[in-house]
Amino acid sequence: MPSATAPAVIEISKLVTRFGDHVVHRDIELAVRRAEIFAVIGGSGSGKSTLLREMILLHRPDSGSIRVLGVDLKDIDDAQALALRQRWGVMFQHGGLFGSLTIKENIGLPLREYTALDDALIDQIAACKLALTGLKPEVGDQYPAELSGGMMKRASLARALALDPQLLFLDEPTAGLDPQSAGEVDELVLRLRDLFGLSIVMITHDLDLLWAVADRVAVLGDGRMQGVGSMDELAQIDNPAIRQFFAGARGRSAQENSASAKAQDAKQTGRSSSKPK
Amino acid sequence: MAALQLTPAAIAEPTAQHLALSGSWTALGIGTIERQLDALPANATIDASGIESLDTVGAWVLQSYLRRRADRGVAGELSDLPEQFAALFDAVAAQVAQQDRPATPAGAAPSTLGRLGRSTMDLAEQSLALLNFVGQCACAIGACLAHPARLRWRTILFNIRSAGFDALPIVGLLSFLLGIVVAYQGADQLRQYGANIFVADLVGLSMLREFAPLITAIIIAGRSGSAYAAQIGTMSVTEEIDAMRTLGIAPLNMLVVPKIFALLIALPLLTLFADVLGVFGGMLMAQAQLGVGFPEFLERFVKAVSVTAYLSGLFKAPVFAIIIAVIGCFQGFRTAGGADSVGRQTTRSVVQSIFLVILADALFSVAFSALNL
Repeated sequence: MPSATAPAVIEISKLVTRFGDHVVHRDIELAVRRAEIFAVIGGSGSGKSTLLREMILLHRPDSGSIRVLGVDLKDIDDAQALALRQRWGVMFQHGGLFGSLTIKENIGLPLREYTALDDALIDQIAACKLALTGLKPEVGDQYPAELSGGMMKRASLARALALDPQLLFLDEPTAGLDPQSAGEVDELVLRLRDLFGLSIVMITHDLDLLWAVADRVAVLGDGRMQGVGSMDELAQIDNPAIRQFFAGARGRSAQENSASAKAQDAKQTGRSSSKPK
Repeated sequence: MAALQLTPAAIAEPTAQHLALSGSWTALGIGTIERQLDALPANATIDASGIESLDTVGAWVLQSYLRRRADRGVAGELSDLPEQFAALFDAVAAQVAQQDRPATPAGAAPSTLGRLGRSTMDLAEQSLALLNFVGQCACAIGACLAHPARLRWRTILFNIRSAGFDALPIVGLLSFLLGIVVAYQGADQLRQYGANIFVADLVGLSMLREFAPLITAIIIAGRSGSAYAAQIGTMSVTEEIDAMRTLGIAPLNMLVVPKIFALLIALPLLTLFADVLGVFGGMLMAQAQLGVGFPEFLERFVKAVSVTAYLSGLFKAPVFAIIIAVIGCFQGFRTAGGADSVGRQTTRSVVQSIFLVILADALFSVAFSALNL
């Protein structure tokens, strides 16, 4: 786990968001550290997606400050915004792949847009990203409409990685996937973090994913930050808004799975759990 | 925190057999350096200690360069690559090796004959599908007429408003202008023969028999036919059509039949409105250009334009209505894939319905003249 003193890649302070009279966020404080896998959870309508949209410059908060990779999003000009956008990747819940382009063209699009590389080289690199996310090379020539949900997520992830971002945002990376594909996403996220030293911010409901990969988790509820910490720490907190995530049958089984997986891991490798460098 | 500005990737040659790499070997920093690599001395040693940052693109370029060198028999590694890049560099090496396998040759481009055959097949397939759809619509309409209680009157009324009432201004304006144009073009010819009063024949017959039904149908095809195709197309992309089917609601009854009924009612009424404004436009022009006053014009108009001529124009409107509604819905249902396909099908719906409307109009002209109407 990254040390607590690592510099923050995202710092949010006193964030307030309103939609008309409805207050979505009141005084949210949040810091995401470098090379950390940070998850935001919360019930439907708790403002998770809005928070993500504010971090990626798709929505302006009403007050408060958000700093991403050291840049304050408040008075950002177009050039800075472009530079920032090239340093992060976003994987949308429904993929957000362009239907008129093949998967390979989708992945290569940021490279074509921002670099002077040869087309052939861009195609090779796109194929490389495709392989990195575990898709077969043939997928590259298909169109998004021809892919299954799991493949679409992987392809979307490959496009998010096109410019080798420092920061990766994942919106519901496992929603709509079968358990096996979801498990593969867990591994993929961990591998990407280790390979590229990525900082990852994700929104998810998937407890297995949270137990397996999240370093720290923030719980949103009632417009406030109800608690931040590792899953083990959160499981100890006696706050009804947090307890509801752990209390149900699904929450308990995910916790047990995670515990037994860690025990097995420790037995096999002689280490407490797999930890990134 | 990495600075926002980056040092571009660079290759220096301190001595003849020694290359020193420096700067950002990343997608944004690499520029066009890839093209210089092969011009460098092939057997030089490469010192990578100056590399500040490396990403997949940089690693790919370097790895494939090393591989090309190895193919020419020059073994060589990067020396002193900063340790934090080693994992990525090795991961990319595996990828480069995998992609090195010869790519599967792309299928040869089809010949002209092949393309012709393929588009003929497409056309035949589409025509059959359209015929199928028309049959389904006819069955659905028949079932609805047998049980009128099943008709969705609210939807029909809503469609009449959006396709009919809301279209009144544009249909009225365009046919008014068309009436002006017809009278204006005719004025010169008629004045030469001193046959000024015949402008009423010209405007009346041409507007009522041909122009009013046609311009109304073309406007509605562009306005409502495209909306139908886009609506149904988007619904089928977002699985709303499938949801409807699983709920036991036939999409034809819910989406298509009300639209057909609504246009069947709205288009003749719009055509009538276009008749009135078109003739009015012609009348204004007749007074301004030929000095034919309103009373004279109307007196001649009643004599010149028979009820048959009026009805033969109005009779076409329901046929055009069916063409527009059926083609719009048909193309909507053929949407498959994403947003792109919605756009393509919408375009097709407009082009095809205008084409078929004009074709039907031509057939009507032939039929009416054969029947001496």
